[in-house]
Amino acid sequence: MATIRIPPVLRPSVGGEREINADGDNVGEILRAVAVDHPGTESQLFGADGELNRYVNVYLNDEDVRVLDGLDTTVSTADTLVILPAMAGGAR
Amino acid sequence: MPTPNLRNRPCGGRYGDIIESIGHTPLIELKRLSPKPGVRIWAKLESRNPTGSVKDRVARALIQDAEDKGLIRPGQTILEPTSGNTGISLAMIASHKGYKLKVVMPDNVTPERTDLLRMYGAEIVYSEGSKGSNGAVEMALDMAEKDSSVYMPYQYGNEANPNAHYNGTALEILEELDEVSAFVAGLGTGGTLMGNGRRLKEELGDKVKIVAAEPMQGEPVQGLRSLDDGFIPPIIDLSVLDRKIFVTNQDAIIWTRKLLDEEQLFVGVSTGAIARVAMRIAGELDEGNVVFIVADDGSKYFSSGIYTRPLEEIENLDSTVWW
Repeated sequence: MATIRIPPVLRPSVGGEREINADGDNVGEILRAVAVDHPGTESQLFGADGELNRYVNVYLNDEDVRVLDGLDTTVSTADTLVILPAMAGGAR
Repeated sequence: MPTPNLRNRPCGGRYGDIIESIGHTPLIELKRLSPKPGVRIWAKLESRNPTGSVKDRVARALIQDAEDKGLIRPGQTILEPTSGNTGISLAMIASHKGYKLKVVMPDNVTPERTDLLRMYGAEIVYSEGSKGSNGAVEMALDMAEKDSSVYMPYQYGNEANPNAHYNGTALEILEELDEVSAFVAGLGTGGTLMGNGRRLKEELGDKVKIVAAEPMQGEPVQGLRSLDDGFIPPIIDLSVLDRKIFVTNQDAIIWTRKLLDEEQLFVGVSTGAIARVAMRIAGELDEGNVVFIVADDGSKYFSSGIYTRPLEEIENLDSTVWW
């Protein structure tokens, strides 16, 4: 099972947990399993088209899956998926 | 007639004023950090710009663009959301050119930024620190909507921002290096990565990898009520990027110190994060040049103690907006 790190904004939808586990061979399968286990996350993680919500960034360990293979990015059981909100970051 | 005894040739050039002197920054090889003989690491020292950051290029381009389009007139107020460097650069240029500047900035940035902005005569409006840079953007957009007399360049959505790099930084790099395997910069507005990335890909093809280092915002500054309060700068086109890697504040500071200890480079926290990613990419290569951007120097972070104190004694590590 891969580990999924949950940002503060999503924790109320997963019973307050900081980390949860879910099964799946790729990012899409794992996030859909999360949405099944915690229905409150579904509309936050996915858009109406079934793609990732544009304001959600998902990282395989520390790399953004959008510039890897998106929801098809392969995930192994030793990997951690980190969910973070899209933020302005450094306006510098 | 060149002076034969001049030791520091070539000189930095001769310019009509401080604004013209922006850019033309040195590219420095970091031999001690190179992981293997065929891989060379280069730091593009944007900290050598007049106000000490890469944002001098952007601020000059934003104001020049507004002037060319007739969008601002002398004496008018410019309004911009920023977590520091863009504001400082705009303040210097606005002061030189006779514009007023108002910046919206999170209230949890380091105090040096406030001092520098005041030094150049800018007015500061603070936004809620727990909302990070998102809060500053939101407040500035709201203020601009209510007051039509101000001009907001809006670096997050203005193509003049990436164009400053497309027509500046990238050309300077290409002048010095015939081959670039990877270009690494910080992801904030996206301007540095988009402008350099597009130009380098046009000139060198897909063999140059464009890599973004982004801050992993500490939980105290992820003050969103909903994910839909998130923000993606309109100028960002993810297809330009080959990799996008986040760096925690702790790792960013470890690498900021490493650059100082091993290569005597005095840089800001975002550059520590950028260097960490650059070194990872360098480790994956067999040969080639890896160029990374030194976004600013460390003078705006002195008060945080990151250059002198042990890491565990640094306060507010996760609740400070470092970049």
